[in-house]
Amino acid sequence: MAKDSRLILDPLTDNNPITIQVLGICSALAITAELEASIVMSISVLFVMGVGNVVISLMRNIIPSKIRIIAQLIVVATLVIIVDLVLKAFAYELSKTLSVFVGLIITNCIIMGRFEAFALGNGPWRSFLDGIGNALGYGIILVIVGFFRELLGSGTLLGIPVLGDPIEKTGLYATGYENNGFMLLSPMALIVVGIIIWVQRTRNKALIED
Amino acid sequence: MENRTDKNSYTVIFAIGMVMVVGTLLAYLASSLKPKITENQRLEKQQNILYAMGINDNDETSAVFISTDKAPEAFDKNVADQIVITVDANGKVVKTQNRDEYFEETKQEPYLIDVKKQQANAKDGGERKLPLFVGENSEGKTVYVAPIRGKGLWDAIWGYVALDEDMVVRGAYFDHKGETPGLGANIKQRYFMDDFIGEHLISKSGEFKGITVAKGNADPKNSDKTDNEVDAIAGATITGDGVTAMIKKDLKLYLPYFNSLKGK
Repeated sequence: MAKDSRLILDPLTDNNPITIQVLGICSALAITAELEASIVMSISVLFVMGVGNVVISLMRNIIPSKIRIIAQLIVVATLVIIVDLVLKAFAYELSKTLSVFVGLIITNCIIMGRFEAFALGNGPWRSFLDGIGNALGYGIILVIVGFFRELLGSGTLLGIPVLGDPIEKTGLYATGYENNGFMLLSPMALIVVGIIIWVQRTRNKALIED
Repeated sequence: MENRTDKNSYTVIFAIGMVMVVGTLLAYLASSLKPKITENQRLEKQQNILYAMGINDNDETSAVFISTDKAPEAFDKNVADQIVITVDANGKVVKTQNRDEYFEETKQEPYLIDVKKQQANAKDGGERKLPLFVGENSEGKTVYVAPIRGKGLWDAIWGYVALDEDMVVRGAYFDHKGETPGLGANIKQRYFMDDFIGEHLISKSGEFKGITVAKGNADPKNSDKTDNEVDAIAGATITGDGVTAMIKKDLKLYLPYFNSLKGK
């Protein structure tokens, strides 16, 4: 049992998909300019990884190894399209918010990476836990990056101004503080992720590779 | 020992089987959900048009549509007529129909005209149908709502602009398919859309200038409404340029109609 809990906990810290496995960087750059988008993306990936890992795990003995990557891709794409269609029919407003993420979920390397590295060799329950764990590990980094980028770039959190009004010069802006527009651009996501990696490896020297 | 699943024949059969299962599943799902999705899209168009007319459930900071169950009724009440202007590839007006004439001819409501298809028609040298929705806005003024469509950074962007007789913007709604969250996606935020209200499409010298989404605008509070400019979103240059382009290109086609309004 102790081993099962590690499947969830490890990816949160010492085997984090973004900072240690360095997967899923592309989507971490693209959508972290806003905290809300980071959270929505994390939840979507959580769902797709949980279900996808179980499906692949159930199919692991019948998928021919020669075409396993394309089979995995079909499973992810099918799942995402089904969710998209169902949302469009029954939760139209939500589906509009999510439409931006559909393409990013299908091509998310973490999903393919976990299918390939874990679900193909493990049972459905353990694969489910692995999927949830990795999605949470991905989500944590996304939320941290989104938090700093939105706060420093726009002076808001979840769209709510927290530092005052930049045009009327109230709150913190009265002291001459300015939003850092550079935080909104993708390169800053890489730099924030880099800082997280730095902090993490300074605290745990075992993570440093020779 | 060779695994059963390594055989070529198994691989081929598996591939065919999987594609058939997935294909059937998706085709079934798509066709059975289609009526519901089409209905949602129809209501969304009504909500968009009503939004531009100022009929919405906006709170202080965010943009909120009128609810879907109230939209059809409000649409019938507030949209007095739906005009369809047919122009040729050079933008010359061929004919102007009101809602009933158009419905008679095509059995279709003008607000369901697909702007994307019409733009493609015009590009191929054909005619383009321009819908224009006339009605009273939330302030009781007569406004003319025109749909516009163009390209953002990643994908399509579109919108509805409510104009008065002098081509002054009275309301605007923008939406996008896949602009970057936090940057280009902010064109559908209140602070950006509301900047357009009161802006003039016609310059002081009387020519059609559109509205430019300008970087480094000297007027960030947007108090000058006759400069044909609004303040851009930092980091979203290409999406902003797309908004500028679609306003200039699509709304210009309505110019003859607005000129004829003044002639009356």
